[in-house]
Amino acid sequence: MAQETEKETLDLKEVTIRFAGDSGDGMQLTGSQFSDTTALMGNDLGTLPDYPAEIRAPAGTLYGVSGFQVHFSSSDIHTPGDTPDVLVAMNPAALKKNLADLKRDGIIIVNTDSFDAKNLKLAGYDKNPLDDDTALAGYKVYPVPITTLTSTALKDSGLSIRDINRCKNFFALGLMYWLYNRPLEPTLKWLNSKFKNKPEILNANETALKTGYFFGDTTEIFENRYTVEPAKLKKGTYRNISGNEATALGLVTASIKSGLPLFLGSYPITPATDILQFLAGYKNFGVKTFQAEDEIAGITSAIGAAFSGSLAVTTTSGPGVALKTEAIGLGVMTELPLVVVNVQRGGPSTGLPTKTEQADLLQAVYGRNGEAPIPVLAAATPSDCFYMAMEASRIAVKYMTPVMLLTDGYIGNGTEPWRIPHENEIPEIPVKFATEIEGFAPYSRDENLARPWARPGTPGLAHRIGGLEKANITGNVNYDPSNHDFMVKLREQKIQNIKNDIPDLAVQGDAEGELLVLGWGGTYGAIKEAVDKVTSRGLKVSQAHLKYIHPMPKNTKDVLSKFKKVLIPEINLGQLAKIVRSEFLIDVLQYNLVRGLPFRSSDIENQIVEILGGKNGK
Amino acid sequence: MANNIDAVPVKLTAKDFSSGQDVRWCPGCGDYSILAQVQRSFPEINIPIEKIVWISGIGCSSRFTYYMNTYGFHTIHGRAAAIATGVKIARPDLSVWVATGDGDLMSIGGNHFIHTCRKNVDIKILLFNNEIYGLTKGQYSPTSAKGLVTKTSPYGSVDYPFNPLSLALGAGASFVARTADSEAKHMQEIIKRAAEHKGTAFVEILQNCVIFNDGVFDPITSKENKADKMLILKHGQPMLFGKDNKKGIKLDGFKPVVIDLNDPKNSINDVWVHDEKDISHARAFILAHLADDPELPSPFGVIRQEFKPTYDEGVERQIAHITEKKGKGSLEKLLFNSNTWEVN
Repeated sequence: MAQETEKETLDLKEVTIRFAGDSGDGMQLTGSQFSDTTALMGNDLGTLPDYPAEIRAPAGTLYGVSGFQVHFSSSDIHTPGDTPDVLVAMNPAALKKNLADLKRDGIIIVNTDSFDAKNLKLAGYDKNPLDDDTALAGYKVYPVPITTLTSTALKDSGLSIRDINRCKNFFALGLMYWLYNRPLEPTLKWLNSKFKNKPEILNANETALKTGYFFGDTTEIFENRYTVEPAKLKKGTYRNISGNEATALGLVTASIKSGLPLFLGSYPITPATDILQFLAGYKNFGVKTFQAEDEIAGITSAIGAAFSGSLAVTTTSGPGVALKTEAIGLGVMTELPLVVVNVQRGGPSTGLPTKTEQADLLQAVYGRNGEAPIPVLAAATPSDCFYMAMEASRIAVKYMTPVMLLTDGYIGNGTEPWRIPHENEIPEIPVKFATEIEGFAPYSRDENLARPWARPGTPGLAHRIGGLEKANITGNVNYDPSNHDFMVKLREQKIQNIKNDIPDLAVQGDAEGELLVLGWGGTYGAIKEAVDKVTSRGLKVSQAHLKYIHPMPKNTKDVLSKFKKVLIPEINLGQLAKIVRSEFLIDVLQYNLVRGLPFRSSDIENQIVEILGGKNGK
Repeated sequence: MANNIDAVPVKLTAKDFSSGQDVRWCPGCGDYSILAQVQRSFPEINIPIEKIVWISGIGCSSRFTYYMNTYGFHTIHGRAAAIATGVKIARPDLSVWVATGDGDLMSIGGNHFIHTCRKNVDIKILLFNNEIYGLTKGQYSPTSAKGLVTKTSPYGSVDYPFNPLSLALGAGASFVARTADSEAKHMQEIIKRAAEHKGTAFVEILQNCVIFNDGVFDPITSKENKADKMLILKHGQPMLFGKDNKKGIKLDGFKPVVIDLNDPKNSINDVWVHDEKDISHARAFILAHLADDPELPSPFGVIRQEFKPTYDEGVERQIAHITEKKGKGSLEKLLFNSNTWEVN
């Protein structure tokens, strides 16, 4: 690669690239390979996979377009980027669908081979935008015959035309590696492990990758290449991680730190299935995964495992929670520890299975028959899922209660660099099983109002529990009016007490002032970036982010009341806003945009500026 | 607390299995007999009390768990088999039993039932089949006879009923048996057989509901009818019934017919010999459907028993195998496993 330095390399602070193509073009793989390599280069990054629910939508259609956006930087960043600097469009539909999001003077790399009459028609173009001076005016367009170049390079590979065509995403990846000065080795290593038993596929993809790279170097069309220096992150060892993998790792860690065997009862559902898939691979950690016949068996098998002394978990998305609702109530009544993970997606009903949303908050907090309080936690970023999965487990076993952990499709599938903690830095989760016959009563209470956990197999402690109302202490079935009133209030008090066992709500910026932006869950990054931008321009705005939603940290009301205005941006119609108003009688401003996509930080930024009006918060 | 692990096991009695709670079924309910037969047979299955778990759903039958002095969990409607599955996978050392009814198991819980059978989870399911919804006061169930007049079918039900034996066989249950609340000794034998079986053991118990479906099984199980209408199956024995066992079942191709052994044309050698381990599923289905022909008796006993590895064993074996191959998991290695980089 001696000649590669002949072109001038320009240093950029940050770049956002969107890879887009047919859902069979391998854009998710291309994007995640580019992200993983970029992470290894030491950049901070955020990613946004955005794909249709159909596995292979008809080729060339607008609704079949699959995209993967990656934002990487030489400094600390929090989002996958609002507007891409670069669009890699593998066909006309990908160009048409994504062009409006691109920066005004952005770069477009197109596979010209796919711009034939059929694909242009499918994308709704009357004429080829590549031949039209006005359609792409203002953009830097690089036309590359990716299909032709790939098939020429692979003509002696012995592969079928179909298999050769499937390698074109590696050509595009190689070209982007050249353009952004990234090494090929991590992807070559990945190809070698992935296709070690298919040498012809391995060789073809390697060749396509390298051909794309060298094409960038030798072609005349690129006058420059770019580089983004490593970010100055906190000292440590890092890996790139998605929220779903972090959730799986957090659960295994909680299992080891509590000494409880991990049981997952689950039914495949987008976008939560990854967690089941990851945990199914951890057999040598003693993890038992049960792919149940339905969502209800997913949670009820977990309740059986909880009764038997496991760290029991069920993972799902909103429609699955709807089906599990009755069983969560059983967990509340029988006071068994259980972690329910909801990777939220667009609703209602089947809704937008592959898109993100925050509209299951009220379902999580209130959505059960009877007075059935449970703690509700929400992770803020992909790597935060690791810590919140451990927190959900800790609270479940300490308070003998089901706990709902909310993540979402965006942080579940999105990735970011994670500074990996060492095993010895992670606190233990203490668990005590009942063993003493003397004084044992199934519904007696400890200082946290938790009842004892007496596993089957323990001699002398055989007892019966169930979904009927219980008398306190004895756990006998009891329909007495005053007992029911007592038990309803006791169960509520038990959950409210968790307030004293969670961190206070922290404020970034001044602790009082004109405006506080309050968020929860996966909107953390977009809010943080928006608040950072406006404060750097001198506006006075503070940020707070709730990770414990039920109960909320005990200083929440104090924090909120120190600001003249509170803005709550949510990807729903104002569910946290409703809870805050009803809990604290504090009015709040809402910002709600329910597009199935994460917030752009610029949207929140504009809201903040509008609210502060001429005063700019000064 | 004394360590009693090495203590000489004390012989348990039926009373040891009674929780002492007041039993609240209607007087004369067939459930009393089932509870009594379970409590009488359990001392002989030689499993310590603390290792036994009873799981139930919702319905009259599901109150059963409160009356057994074992670990018990009265859960929600239809889900007992799924909860029991979780218990057994998490804790293969436990003996896991399900008490359920025809509505609980075959209507709202039908999905869990068939998948439990298919997976061959090592749990024992006792179906208290009274062909009616009792706890909600008398609506037709998925096993009610077509035409049954109930509160929700005032002009007669238009539903076809399930044949529970056939459903269990079709779903792949590895032990399928049938008994009746009126047959105390027979039920005890069947319960002990179910306890010994490794895999999903399904036992249908014909159970009389004195309030809403009284006498529904009399045409089969009453003193007057049982000789001619109950076929008691015994492994390796010819299928004989009737007064003095002079009637036999002959298999004419795929068609079961009754032959009269008083007739010198017929020989005992013509009679179908019951084989619980018969590899033919077809013959098990013929037995399950025997009484579809009103001339033929209903089968009681173990219809079919098959030995195959259980789901929970499979889970354990896989964990052991992968752990041996990869070594016991190290958390530190798992966290630092993938591509990492250093920031200094």
